[in-house]
Amino acid sequence: MTGSGHVLEIRGLRAAVGGTEILRGIDLTVRSGEVHAVMGPNGSGKSTLAHVLMGRPGYEVTGGSVTLDGVDLLPLAPWQRAQAGLFLALQYPTEVPGVSLQAVLESAARAAGRPVDGVAATLRAEAERVGLDPQLLERPLNVDLSGGEKKKNETVQLGVLRPAIAVLDELDSGLDVDALRACARRVEAATEPEGDRPGLGVLAITHYSRLLHELRADRVHVLAKGQIVRSGGPELALELERHGYAGLVGAELAGEAEEETPVAIRPAIDDPFGGPAGADPFADPLA
Amino acid sequence: MLPAPGRAVLDAVAAPAATVVAVNGRVAVVELADDLAAKGVQVGPAGDDRVELVGAAVGEPPDAFVTLHDAFVPEPVVVDVPEGVTLPGPVVVVHVTAGEGAAAFPHLVVRAGAASQVAVVEVQTSGEERALVVPVTEILVGPGARVGHVTVQQLGFATWQLGLQVSRVEAQATLRSTSIGFGGDYARLRTDCRMVGRGGTGELDAVYFGEGDQTLDFRTFQDHVAPDCTSNLLFKGAVGGRSRSVYTGLIRVGKDARGTNAFQTNRNVKLSDGAWAESVPNLVIENNDVRCSHASAVGPVDEEQLFYLESRGVPTDEAERLIVSGFFDEVLSRLPVAGLAPLLREGVAAKFARRDA
Repeated sequence: MTGSGHVLEIRGLRAAVGGTEILRGIDLTVRSGEVHAVMGPNGSGKSTLAHVLMGRPGYEVTGGSVTLDGVDLLPLAPWQRAQAGLFLALQYPTEVPGVSLQAVLESAARAAGRPVDGVAATLRAEAERVGLDPQLLERPLNVDLSGGEKKKNETVQLGVLRPAIAVLDELDSGLDVDALRACARRVEAATEPEGDRPGLGVLAITHYSRLLHELRADRVHVLAKGQIVRSGGPELALELERHGYAGLVGAELAGEAEEETPVAIRPAIDDPFGGPAGADPFADPLA
Repeated sequence: MLPAPGRAVLDAVAAPAATVVAVNGRVAVVELADDLAAKGVQVGPAGDDRVELVGAAVGEPPDAFVTLHDAFVPEPVVVDVPEGVTLPGPVVVVHVTAGEGAAAFPHLVVRAGAASQVAVVEVQTSGEERALVVPVTEILVGPGARVGHVTVQQLGFATWQLGLQVSRVEAQATLRSTSIGFGGDYARLRTDCRMVGRGGTGELDAVYFGEGDQTLDFRTFQDHVAPDCTSNLLFKGAVGGRSRSVYTGLIRVGKDARGTNAFQTNRNVKLSDGAWAESVPNLVIENNDVRCSHASAVGPVDEEQLFYLESRGVPTDEAERLIVSGFFDEVLSRLPVAGLAPLLREGVAAKFARRDA
């Protein structure tokens, strides 16, 4: 670890699923303390990017490189990437019957050569921080948890594991506004440096800009057809809200989003935090 | 004299109400508290006064091995609990098969009188010699009685077992029986559960784990004769090395058994390329007013679960170990006899460690 912190570098990353190329040359650099948002319509490759970074089986990297602090991540198994400092908060966290979260986190700590003693207390404290009922920690991992509780559980794990870089895959889906705020606050707090520990670097993958109302993004990238077609500051998210993916990158690049989710992007209005009268501005159109 | 698995179970069961050790089917040790004997509880050789219990649940021998057993059974063991008596702790029965080339025919009858409560732990052990054991266990669950039963099969890897367990569950009675299959070269167990009284409940669980060249063969029969009974079967297994497991299950709902709930689930995890598991569920239903289901699965360690744990930083082997122990925990966390779970979890962990051998 250096004083200047960690850096995740993605260069020319190409990946295929079942022989179909989904990522067609991605370049991104995420440093400690930075929050990057990757936004894009359905089918643009957002989730593929998240899974390829963590090395999920079934995704074939066909070109490019991914390094964390200069360490090539691509030949590494998922657990080795995690040990190198990468974390992935899944869009749909997996239920693991009969296995407690504490056992998992203790096992991860043991593998990293970190002390196991403090894990239980840290876990409890992190659960309270995001408003997850500590009793739910006694259940088998994610079993019988609501969608929102699972997302809080992912945030709790992020808090305990203290990764260098976190990839958040649709953290906002399934969360109500209070829960989203609690999770976003926790992530934001993690981006602040603490002593000589650099702040967390975040790659937040999201379809909707509502996450970015709670988690300030330093950079916003628009992904379409497996490529980053626009990058900019936080204002890019607002522009997306007004004009939609089609308006921003053209109907062709926005792809399926137009047909599949005609209401995916809220209508152009003056107040970016408002919405049509009487409508829940944070309603998930896919819900 | 007592082999390690028998000793371990005795140590795990904190305060047994009674203990029996039988060597090659002959009773060697009986310990029973005086106050229980005074209440009419009998634990030990069947003797002349209770000889009519032997065979009461089995009836006609279902196969040639049971006929062979009937011919050679030297000294049946009886656990007889009178009406209304609740035993303060479990009864532990350890069957030892000893000697090169030995053939043993151990027999246990558990009779739980009306509204009584009893828990029984059976242990099947043998040494490393080649041996054959043909055990028969009968469980008579009287009206309103509650019986918990665990069989820990931890035979040596050169022993063959051809076992039968038959239970009769009377009206409003509950049987909860769990079979643990760890040992043996070829180990077969047939489990018959007959629901003969209205409103009875039979819970049948199993955990088995094959390694090396083992073959584990489970055959189950949930036989619903009386109306309004529930039987619920959950058999979970893992196979490593070049081991094989076979599960064959039948639910039969007789024509008078209206209001039956009968469920059968068998799940198997395959831990090595050379291992093999087969699952064959069957239903025969002769009454329309029933709820029945069966489900079975054979597959490797769940990829999604594996990726999830790995993405938290858990090394692959450790993640598999956690997932497999979690898979069995559904059964081991609800054992009908207290105190055994840690020992059996250790057993699962030891089998897992040898899964590639």
